[in-house]
This record gives sequence, structure tokens and C-alpha cells, in this order.
Amino acid sequence: MFQILKNFYHKLGSYPWFYKISGKVIPFVGVFSISLIVISSIWGLFFSPTDAVQGDVYRIIYFHVPAVSVSQVIYYSISVAAAVFLIWRMKMAGVYIKSLAPIGAAFTFIGLLSGAIWGQPTWGTWWVWDARLTSTLVLFLFYLAIIGMQSTFASRKSADTAVSIITLIGVVNLPIVKKSVDWWNTLHQPASISISGESSISSEMLIPLLLSILGVYLFVFFTGLLFMRAEISTREQNKEWFKKLSSNN
Amino acid sequence: MKKHRLKRLYAVLFIVFCSALAFVLVYFAIRDNVNLFYSPSDLFENPPQGRNAIRAGGLVETGSLKRSTDSLEIEFIITDLKKSIAVNYTGILPDLFKENAGVVATGYFDKSKMSLDAYQILAKHDENYVPKEVKKALEK
Repeated sequence: MFQILKNFYHKLGSYPWFYKISGKVIPFVGVFSISLIVISSIWGLFFSPTDAVQGDVYRIIYFHVPAVSVSQVIYYSISVAAAVFLIWRMKMAGVYIKSLAPIGAAFTFIGLLSGAIWGQPTWGTWWVWDARLTSTLVLFLFYLAIIGMQSTFASRKSADTAVSIITLIGVVNLPIVKKSVDWWNTLHQPASISISGESSISSEMLIPLLLSILGVYLFVFFTGLLFMRAEISTREQNKEWFKKLSSNN
Repeated sequence: MKKHRLKRLYAVLFIVFCSALAFVLVYFAIRDNVNLFYSPSDLFENPPQGRNAIRAGGLVETGSLKRSTDSLEIEFIITDLKKSIAVNYTGILPDLFKENAGVVATGYFDKSKMSLDAYQILAKHDENYVPKEVKKALEK
């Protein structure tokens, strides 16, 4: 078992292997994720029941929760990649961070924006400096720092190293984002979906929400593969394997 | 793990440790301001000094809401089910503001009357989502 995992890990570091496999996977993941997003959006916007307290405005949950959830998961994953890059010097980890950081930033932004649009009619304000909102803004700023750091070095290796360090500094913020609503008084309510216990959102509303979360996760997988391929073709454009591949097509 | 990689693993852990330390230090510097609002119990235990605006939060006590007939002025009581403070406010309220629901009021605190002269009212909703029809059926 360990040997299989180890083999997979070594293959994952190989650009030609990744380029070949990802090309085959991309169309399926793309079609599947976009149809899931479309289905769950229609379900959430038109067919799930109206909330007793908030009325129809709660339906923005089907965009807000998937966006903020995936933005945190992306940050955890690029932090793992940062550790892998620093310890094993795996170049693919650098490609991964560079490709996924803009996607994470985009989804954090969607989360902040949809939260503001949701907050105005329900809470009565677009923004408040409570612990949840502020720590999410800090997450967004870390993403921007990672993106900005990419182009401040002449060599790819030093850029990837610096970016990895910045990424690891920001990982401490993630548990704060998650637990802020439990640790402190905030305007933002605690989590509604619970993996271990019972969720405080009724199942008719929860099912389309879980579908939309799955759809957005797969969409990130899809765009992540696309961005990584683009990054690999930039870095490897003068290599023999890549030239051979392009001349074949 | 090879020796040079083990060394780099320690470096990675050291970076995360230093960052965590920085976050903890920042937290200790701002800990009095991390909470968005004071509960009525906090205000009784530790009344705020000076004339700075503060936020108080809790539930709008059932039956306490009084509306003026000829202006937008309202009065209500914020409670955390242990202590309560009076609030007065003039202006438009958020849609979700109602009795027995969460609220955060910003304003100037009067220690002698234990009341808040609010200039902003925000509604705080909970994490429960229930279909309208189900709630109606339950209430019958």
C-alpha cells in the first residue's frame, strides 16, 4: 500500500505524466461540475422552501457557503503543497500553489461579496468588524500576498520558496476563521452544517446546499487542472517533451 | 526521512510556530476589542468608562418593545436571560429585528440608568434554517 502511494507521489511530481492524465480528466470534471452548479442553483433558488425567519433572502446561502468553504479548503491544500515544496523541493508543488492561489482569492472575494449582499437586508449592514468577517478578510489578503509575491523574483525557484513561506505563515489564520464564531461574540451566526452532530438547517434546504458545495469543489478541481496545465506549459515550453507533444498535435 | 529533509521539516514547523506566536501576541494586544459586543452581564460587571460608543448585544426581551406613535423612536430591552439593559433608538430598523430575536445595538451607555442611547441597530439571526410551512405547522 505504502509503495503504491509512494509511486503515485513520485508520478505526481512528473510534468509529462500530469499533463497527459489531466488532459483526459478535464472534460469530464468540467461538464460534471458545471452541471452540478446549474442544478443546485436552480434547486436552491426555485425549489427549496422559503426560510421561516429570513424569507427568500436566505437563498444566497447556495452561493455564499460553497464559496467560503472552498476558499478555506484551497488554503489548507496550498499550505500542504508549501510544506512539500520546502521539504522535498517538488517543483509541482510550486505549480500547484501558483495555480490555485488566484482561484482561492476569487472564491474568498465571492464569499465576502455575497456575505455583504446578504448582510445588508438581514443584519442591516454591509460590513461589520466582527471576528469572522475580519479573519476572512485577512485570508483574502494572504491570497493577494501570495499572488503578488509570485512576480517579485527573477528566478522561479526563489519565488516558489518565498511564496511557500508566506503561505505557511497564513495557515495559522484558518482555525481562527473557523472557530471565531464560537470563541467570541460576533454578528455572524455559528455554523449550520455539522459533520459530527445534527445540522441546524432542515434537510430540504441542506440537500441542494451540499450539492452546490460538491459542484463548487469539483469546479475548483477543474479550473485548478486547467491553470496548472497552463503554468506547466509556460515553465516547460523549451523542454524536449513539451516540444514533441506540441508538434504531434 | 533523509537528514537534510528532516532539517527542512523542522524549518517548516518553526515557521508555523513563529506565525502562531505572532497571532497569539496580536490577540493579547487586542483581546478587549475582539468581541463585537458586550452582553448585559458584561455591562453590569464592568461598566464602560468614558464617553466612547459601545456595542451591546443579546435578545430583544419579549413584550418590551415600545414604538412611538408619531415618530421613529423606539424603546426596548436587551437581555441575556440573566441581566438586561434598556435601549432607545430613533430610525429605521433592519427587517429581522423583532422580539425574542438577536440584536446588536451601538451607542452611548448611561451608567446611572443602565441604558443605551443607540444610533445603530443590527439584527443578529441564529444558525437555524426551517421552512416557513414547517414552522407554521409547528406553531398550530
